[in-house]
Amino acid sequence: MTGQVATPLPRLEAAGLDAWLIRLFDAIDEANLPWLTALTRQCEAALGADLVDLVPSYTTLLVVFDPLKLDPELARRRLGEVLAGLTPDADTVGGEIRELPTWYDESVGPELALLAERAGLSVAAVIDCHSERLYRVFALGFAPGFAFMGLLDERLECPRLDTPRQRVPLGSVAVAGRQTAVYPAVTPGGWNLIGRTSARLFDRGREGFSLLRLGDRVRFVPVDRAEFERQGGDPHPMEAER
Amino acid sequence: MTAAVSGLSVRRAGPLALLQDAGRFGVRQLGVTQGGPADPHAWAWANRLVGNPWGAAALEITVGGIELVAERGLTVAVAGADLGATLDGEALPGWRPVAIREGQVLAFAQPLNGLRAYLAVVGGFRAEPVLGSVACVVREGLGGHDGLGHKLAAGDSLRVGEEAGRAVPPREAPEAERPDYRGAARLALLPGAQIGEFRGASLFDAFNAAWRVDDRADRMGVRLTGPLLHCRVTSMISEGIGLGAVQVPPDGQPIALLNDRQTIGGYPRLGALTPLAAGRLAQCLPGQEVRLVAVARERALADYRRFRAAFA
Repeated sequence: MTGQVATPLPRLEAAGLDAWLIRLFDAIDEANLPWLTALTRQCEAALGADLVDLVPSYTTLLVVFDPLKLDPELARRRLGEVLAGLTPDADTVGGEIRELPTWYDESVGPELALLAERAGLSVAAVIDCHSERLYRVFALGFAPGFAFMGLLDERLECPRLDTPRQRVPLGSVAVAGRQTAVYPAVTPGGWNLIGRTSARLFDRGREGFSLLRLGDRVRFVPVDRAEFERQGGDPHPMEAER
Repeated sequence: MTAAVSGLSVRRAGPLALLQDAGRFGVRQLGVTQGGPADPHAWAWANRLVGNPWGAAALEITVGGIELVAERGLTVAVAGADLGATLDGEALPGWRPVAIREGQVLAFAQPLNGLRAYLAVVGGFRAEPVLGSVACVVREGLGGHDGLGHKLAAGDSLRVGEEAGRAVPPREAPEAERPDYRGAARLALLPGAQIGEFRGASLFDAFNAAWRVDDRADRMGVRLTGPLLHCRVTSMISEGIGLGAVQVPPDGQPIALLNDRQTIGGYPRLGALTPLAAGRLAQCLPGQEVRLVAVARERALADYRRFRAAFA
């Protein structure tokens, strides 16, 4: 029994001198998204120039404000008012559909075979299974433009690697648990790699910088190596791990 | 704004020197972290002593080991840690403006008192902002002198405005504003939402034990070692984490998250250090003792307002 179970949602939680955390839900669910996107937009409007940052994620929204301009208690009241009047976004609001051309191949997706073996499927069936779904972006984090997407078909559910890789190549398409993601930059990472996309997830030259936003719908579109390269993808195989 | 010209060249690079303005804001929902000075107090003082407004880019020098050559006459100030700074081999006084001539060598040796020194120049260092800020975040490859998030390397050059050699009124930071970073640090912490999930004995320990700064410490976070803290919640769905958040992973050893932390995370938290406490922790060397002190929001806010009022 935890103390939090009894406390009703949504609620406002203390998160430091300059922030409140709005907790809307207690479980990951696609149905959270229209509430989260609406809340994010309305908090932006309610705090205006006093707002510093917003960090939406799965079930919560962290609202960071300037405590020199806006007293934390006043911020709490304003956020409470937003919550009281909150209605979810209509299905048609936001949530762009993004297609990510993806080359599924064991040379760039070394865990393809592992997933197939775990699921009792052929590699081709794993690719179908991953690319048939329309995923939603639940959160961005870990690295600039890194979008946590779900939910994955149960058959592809897979724990993270025991030992994270030191260098995951840019554009790597990955799965962990019941989520999927693309590595927007070369970083360490512990997710299972199944392919590579030619799409640029984070581009400082692009308006808005990140290709994906909270609530977006994402489809991985299988392409062959030639098409992947034609679209600017880097086909170099994974470096051997030390 | 005046044209940017070469101000300092790097003759020898130390372990870590990064350009930092106030930080990168408004982009955290894209997964981009905050960056900015790990110790805002010392950073702000360095800027203030050369007459810069809040937010001007200064150089954050961690540990020392760097040698810089003046490409022109500059008025600079060093605040924060005493890293044994010298100008042409003579001790360089900290916490006050200093005029340096073209060709002089500004060198930082090793930590004598504190870990991070801030070097500010009149008009601030100049670099192309990336996502609205020059704050250098190596992990993200954003900001810094080259815009690509690289730490300073030998042969690099730091640009300044043409006004960088302008004289400023001589003044010193008051004694009370120059911390002795070697002493046991008392870190003000605002209790957070999961505080009630920690066992009573762990809560007692959290605020009464002497914590030691682990050598696993960087601009992302500082691990503290001491008694094991038990929380009834072991992991949570990832959520946004603020500056100074003190998270406790299942190994029971807290980690205070600093400027370059990941934007979301999923461990329960004792609460959050105040911005000034986070800065104070950033000056601690591995092995140093710190204590966590719970504070009320009103008190922390009053302290922060007092601090910022001096840097309007």
